[in-house]
Amino acid sequence: MNAKKRFLRVVPLMAFMLLLAGCGEQGLTALDPMGPQSQWIFDNMLLSLYVMALVTVVVFVIFFIVVMKFRQKDGDNDYPEQTHGNTKLEVAWTVIPIFLLAILAVPTITGQFYLSVDAEDIAEEEEETEGAGDVDEEVDEEDLQDDAYVIEVTGHQFWWEFDYPEGFTTGNDVYIPAEEEVVFQLEAEDVMHSFWVPALGGKVDNIPGVTNHVWLEADDPGVYMGKCAELCGPSHALMDFKLIALEEDDYASWNEEMQQEEEEPEETLAQEGREQFEDQGCIACHAVDGEGSAQGPTLTNFGDRTTIAGFLENNEENLRDWIRDPGALKQGVNMPASPGMEDDELDAIIAYLDSLERLDDETKEDIDL
Amino acid sequence: MVSEATNTRKKSVLWDWLTTVDHKKIAILYLIAGTLFFVKAGLMAVLFRIQLIAPEMEFISGQTFNELVTMHGTIMLFLAATPLIFAFANFAIPLQIGARDVAFPFVNALGFWLFLSGGILLSISWFFGGAPDAGWTSYVPLASREFGGLGIDFYVLGLQISGFGTLISGINFIVTIINMRAPGMTMMRLPLFCWTMLVTSMLIVFAFTPLAAGLALLMLDRIFDAQFFIPGEGGNVVLWQHIFWIFGHPEVYILVMPAFGIISEVVPAFSKKRLFGYTSMVFAVLIIGFLSFMVWLHHMFTVGVGPIANSVFAIATMTIAVPTGIKIFNWLFTMWGGKIKFTTAMHFGASFVPTFVLGGVTGVMLAMAPVDHLYHDTYFVVAHFHYIIVGGIVLGLLAGLFYWYPKMFGHKLNETLGIIFFWIFYIGFHLTFFVQHILGLIGMPRRVYTYLEGQGMDTMNFISSVGAFLMSVAIIILVINIIYSALKAERITEKDPWDARTLEWATSTPVAEYNFAQTPQVRSLDPVFYEKIHGNGEMKPAEPLDEIHMPNGSILPFIMGVGMFIAGFGFISFHMDLFISPYVIIAIGGITFFGAMAARSLQNDHGYHIDKETVESMEKELS
Repeated sequence: MNAKKRFLRVVPLMAFMLLLAGCGEQGLTALDPMGPQSQWIFDNMLLSLYVMALVTVVVFVIFFIVVMKFRQKDGDNDYPEQTHGNTKLEVAWTVIPIFLLAILAVPTITGQFYLSVDAEDIAEEEEETEGAGDVDEEVDEEDLQDDAYVIEVTGHQFWWEFDYPEGFTTGNDVYIPAEEEVVFQLEAEDVMHSFWVPALGGKVDNIPGVTNHVWLEADDPGVYMGKCAELCGPSHALMDFKLIALEEDDYASWNEEMQQEEEEPEETLAQEGREQFEDQGCIACHAVDGEGSAQGPTLTNFGDRTTIAGFLENNEENLRDWIRDPGALKQGVNMPASPGMEDDELDAIIAYLDSLERLDDETKEDIDL
Repeated sequence: MVSEATNTRKKSVLWDWLTTVDHKKIAILYLIAGTLFFVKAGLMAVLFRIQLIAPEMEFISGQTFNELVTMHGTIMLFLAATPLIFAFANFAIPLQIGARDVAFPFVNALGFWLFLSGGILLSISWFFGGAPDAGWTSYVPLASREFGGLGIDFYVLGLQISGFGTLISGINFIVTIINMRAPGMTMMRLPLFCWTMLVTSMLIVFAFTPLAAGLALLMLDRIFDAQFFIPGEGGNVVLWQHIFWIFGHPEVYILVMPAFGIISEVVPAFSKKRLFGYTSMVFAVLIIGFLSFMVWLHHMFTVGVGPIANSVFAIATMTIAVPTGIKIFNWLFTMWGGKIKFTTAMHFGASFVPTFVLGGVTGVMLAMAPVDHLYHDTYFVVAHFHYIIVGGIVLGLLAGLFYWYPKMFGHKLNETLGIIFFWIFYIGFHLTFFVQHILGLIGMPRRVYTYLEGQGMDTMNFISSVGAFLMSVAIIILVINIIYSALKAERITEKDPWDARTLEWATSTPVAEYNFAQTPQVRSLDPVFYEKIHGNGEMKPAEPLDEIHMPNGSILPFIMGVGMFIAGFGFISFHMDLFISPYVIIAIGGITFFGAMAARSLQNDHGYHIDKETVESMEKELS
């Protein structure tokens, strides 16, 4: 009996786990956690799932007994015994759920602090160090590095801007060092967005006029997919981004590289493209190395990107289509179509954009970018 | 009899329905309007499920998709579920408490016409440059003038007007239930459906008022350039979310509580047993009603209000599971030891219990605030609330439809077609929504019009869409059933075709316009059942047979609805290029509305009396 009961409890769970096993793309799904935060969330999700599965099984068992056993037989028209209730039973199913909820209430509270306090503390510390920075800048900058690595995330319709403490900016791709807690300071430019990397942790909203924080940590170097989780307009569905975690050394050298001035492109076509980039007015919205306006995503490391605009595979054909008419691919974007651009001008710009690389090939291979 | 009958026959059918203040006819108006909106919003769901059937489909654009999901959610909650609940509430409450009508019949009619004019105002947005597109929650700044389309003006005004209708109907139900119970019907003998509607009506009064305030602020922002919700101008974005969810969370209970009530009528009736633990059920309803106001922040765990607020609201939210659990087990033990008759109504009534549990347990999972950072705004949430809304509210409403149908229309719905409908709908429902739990966990945010190939979402979205098609096939079968039954089904005249328990089954079928010729004397909970066992099977009258005072019909509620519609359209037209000034339109609408109101105030309408002889002959004819 006992074994049977236990079996009944396990069956739906097993079925559910089997169902989950084949699910989702690595680096996206929250069912395959890849950082301490997502691991915590996943474990507690399972805890609540087990408790709730227990409740469900009890209800289902009673339900099936009832519908099997207590059907009216043909010709039996007598009324069954009319009971008013049963105080003991009613007390039981009031008290037992309270115990079950208590089991869940403890991690709910501790977890809420585990997930959010750090970010706020760190932000405070940062303010303090910044304030004290006037007195002794060097020492405090070091402190800042030790205490929290804060990347500013700004949500735009429909792309992501990432500002690093070292002063440079990336768009749609964010790089972090692996095995290190990184704090993301969340803001929004136009409407609400929500910053979410499912494999690494929970989402927190980007709200205009409000500053939020979330910390994330990746156990291993790799590429993690991120999404916007708050409805932000027609192309909300396409507001994806990539979070790229690098080995500490790789990150340091990438970071160093990003701070350097851009080198003159080697190819002549790319050189021509650079001129076109200015002549065609691309630079009015897209900065490269901090030069130009930051109205649109920065293109400093465009050659490293796996995607155009966060969702299109980064290849020549797609890039051509994108520059010709971005609105056709991503409804509501601010980038204007360029119907008048000559093919050779376009080729040059594409060559130039592809030349904008800041990651070495070895690192790219390591993380399978 | 003769004079009355010729009197009604002289009026055209249309005029009769436009002017009626009879709660039974208003119930049918609500039922028809609610069903039409339900089918409309369902079709929208089918359209966007076609878009999501495969990755990167190009069936509809992102903009259209947002308009469709916004309208689907808004219509389903405000213009389908609410009126359908009001349909049954209007029909059943006066009958269940032994009253001749609701407390304010005129207001009741006004409530319906305001609801309908608001609903139509919202619906015509498609013809004026697009429907609202900021989600049914209309979060600012997406819903502000700067970022949102003209459609959101229709959302604001349409919901405002239909909300007024809901609000006055709620007040009407409270007064009716508190004041108009038959002699002997103490509060603790009140049928559970009336209890749930009483609590629901109180929630309406306390929840629709903040909604009205919020919508008014949003209207000021959008039409008169105020800055309540504009960041950078001193406004606050999160303010809207607080106001919206202070309304929005109770709203869920406004819809699901009457479903609880219907199940608490249907399950005992077809189990032939008294509701198990009646008293604890009543207290569970009251506690749920109270707690529903304490938990709005659980919709905002990711907004960043801090760990303390999140924790408090998380625990408060979990607490709701306790009274809900009490109800679940009480229903199960009502059936336990009973003699269950599986009619179509009971199929829906019984299947409600486990289905609602599935929605409830994910509710507790969602209440764990830190884990909610994973679920929030994903398909997991979509799955959860559809298990509550379809698995709870819709199953409850369908149970109520099959249960009360013979009393409302004088014939049963076809049982064979009904059971086929049940199974197709039920299977379709689980196919559609169960997989969405997993879709959410593997990273599918809600309100996305497309998803990329190769993210592991293809199969489950396909299954989900197929389920949605099955559900629409089921609804077609329901419509066929309604038409078929209207043509073929045997007319019934028996008072109590289900061998049921509560007072509505003591009236004649069809119900006379005055409901009860003599107000019944209630001697117990489940009065009709009590008289079957302890009496002669007839209710004892509490008063001698005498002439009956009835209210006159009136066209004024309809005119007031039209006036509100015109005025509402006037407010929207500030941002349209019309040949006529918005102020003129608002003035026309305002004069129509307030003119009708003045006419009502100045009119000396004492109603009319049906004399004793007429009542006697009508009763003879009906029995």
